[in-house]
Amino acid sequence: MRKNLDIDVHHLTRVEGHGNIVVNMKEGVLEKAQLEIVEAPRFFEAILKGRNFHEVAIITSRICGICSLGHQLTSLKATEDALGLDITRQTELLRRILVDGATFQSNTLHSLFLAAPDYLDVGSVFPLINTHKDVVLAALRLKRIANEIGELISGRAVHPIACVPGGFTQIPSAKNLLALKNKLVNEAIPDAEFIVDVIASLVEKIPVFSRETEYISVKSEKEYGLYDGDIYSSDSGSYKVNQYLEITNEFVVPHSSGKHAKFNRSSYMVGALARFNNSHNQLNPLAKAAAEKLGLKAPNYNPYMNTIAQVVEIAHCIASSIELIDTLLDEGLKNEKPNQEPTKYGRGFGLTEVPRGILFHDYTYNKQGKIEKVNCVIPTGQNLANIDDDMKKLVPEIIEETKEQITHKLEMLVRAYDPCISCSVHVLNVEFIE
Amino acid sequence: MSKPKIAFFDFTSCEGCQLNKLNLENDLLDLLELVDIVEFREAMDDKADEYDIAFIEGSISTPTCITRIHDIRRRTKILVALGACAVQGGINAIKNQHSADWVKETVYGEDKYLFPSIPVQPISAVVKVDYEVRGCPMSTPEFLHVLKSLILNRKPEIFDHAVCVECKLKENECVLDKGMFCLGPITRAGCDAICPTFGQYCTGCRGVVSNINKNGAVEMLKQHGFSTKEALNRMKMFCTLELE
Ligand code: SF4
Ligand code: SF4
Repeated sequence: MRKNLDIDVHHLTRVEGHGNIVVNMKEGVLEKAQLEIVEAPRFFEAILKGRNFHEVAIITSRICGICSLGHQLTSLKATEDALGLDITRQTELLRRILVDGATFQSNTLHSLFLAAPDYLDVGSVFPLINTHKDVVLAALRLKRIANEIGELISGRAVHPIACVPGGFTQIPSAKNLLALKNKLVNEAIPDAEFIVDVIASLVEKIPVFSRETEYISVKSEKEYGLYDGDIYSSDSGSYKVNQYLEITNEFVVPHSSGKHAKFNRSSYMVGALARFNNSHNQLNPLAKAAAEKLGLKAPNYNPYMNTIAQVVEIAHCIASSIELIDTLLDEGLKNEKPNQEPTKYGRGFGLTEVPRGILFHDYTYNKQGKIEKVNCVIPTGQNLANIDDDMKKLVPEIIEETKEQITHKLEMLVRAYDPCISCSVHVLNVEFIE
Repeated sequence: MSKPKIAFFDFTSCEGCQLNKLNLENDLLDLLELVDIVEFREAMDDKADEYDIAFIEGSISTPTCITRIHDIRRRTKILVALGACAVQGGINAIKNQHSADWVKETVYGEDKYLFPSIPVQPISAVVKVDYEVRGCPMSTPEFLHVLKSLILNRKPEIFDHAVCVECKLKENECVLDKGMFCLGPITRAGCDAICPTFGQYCTGCRGVVSNINKNGAVEMLKQHGFSTKEALNRMKMFCTLELE
């Protein structure tokens, strides 16, 4: 039996941000199995200090280009909560469509372009353009439509423009929304069904591994929790957004410039698989059919299946966005102006499920409407401890395989979480001391 | 020239500029006919030793960034900075407005072990930058324009007039007249005034025009009801270093 093992993957590829995988076994004892986060910290909490409430979401969007919409909306929700700004039903519906679009664009990018190459034994999506052109084209079309949702409603898919505190600076026309809906129905649904079939044929290649952990996600009575709801733990039930600090309990570890989190156990998981495990009953029929084809059943304890849960959500979000556009069009679009007259100042909280998991923003505003204190808790940060725990269980189980195979499985494991490393290092703890 | 070898690198950034390239869904496959992508960590495993064109996203913010960028500069014939972070420091540079001590104290608290961080700098502060694509995120049409020009051995066009010019051409209602803030008068065009077109104010993400009249801009914003302090503060959202 192998007694010594030394793995050091410097700057893991096909993930967003910079991380290293380090595993170290000596004389049969696993000394280290961890994901090191080496991304440069960006000090967002310090950057936001003193900024006017109009500017805050514009800045927080830049925490992460990939989750920029999620950061904006979570930020707007926290600002609106702090300043007592009510939003209309139309604003909420438009935001929900944006969340659906951003979720299926990101899930498509990750599952098809970043993770799938592992299952087809290539190093990137580029060779697949020759060998699997129809799949690549379908995925590109899906990504394009998802981005068109963002472009139509918010002006731009990366760093949206029109989402502001209290509403939107501009409302899309009914004609354009209808055209978008038709495209979703006629193009996105068939493409998604095709992709589900393709991925279903690859599921058997997913490594066999199981580690039950605590799953935390947004959960709502009304729907599959994405845009809004309570915090839900598979171990201990529901909590309100303003209790988020009791759940995240962030702590600093020396090997990571992103903080770790833990609640009822030494680690917990957030993201598509956590959402699926907690809210699978509320998936729409298109998504349930996809889950069935993909062989994904709740509860599932294999973190590699996170990618598969993302594919299920692609189907869910397409069907959901169609339904929401129908509702908006039925109710009639109104040319509403954003509500930007604060009725109070103080502390406010926001939460949203971004593709990689549950995200929290927590702001305190002073009486001039300027930021006094900020805290953001990012999904990838919450997953870091769980990834380390997975590695500690996985390495001894596969220790007889070649070093290359072990390394590859560890890379695939980290990639399955779809980590967003630049987000996770937005900053370490901040208190503005003055 | 045979297919140019191109590579993408990310420094301190949100990776939004990289993502924006992947959002070129309709042009992506055609582009791949024209170039060889030899390194792109976010999307592929391969690494290369030299490149014809290196595209750089993000700012310099740690000592390691400096070593890495020198290394890339040595390996590449042409170096292009992508996006506000790389071109002018962007959002990252707001941190430079506070004293390093304050940032350390407030950010690290008791956990002072952290990574070394230096004041944020644009790429051009460390190595020679041949071309730039501005914006936050970088504008994709401009990226395509620069890439195509370089492939054809032409000089890309550079914008140095104000966003207001583009905004007028679009026949938008001026957002200043609606009582909002706006940096269109001092910001470099090239984005087709996308923010005012969507009813939002220009935050100045493309950086300032080269012949900027800073005091005039502050005066103009004062006339629209913004204090000098507020005006300067907002002007520095993306342009801390350009306005120093
Ligand atoms: S310029 Fe903007 S979009 Fe590009 S990396 Fe920097 S923050 Fe992100
Ligand atoms: S309008 Fe201003 S903020 Fe918007 S993209 Fe153009 S330069 Fe940037």
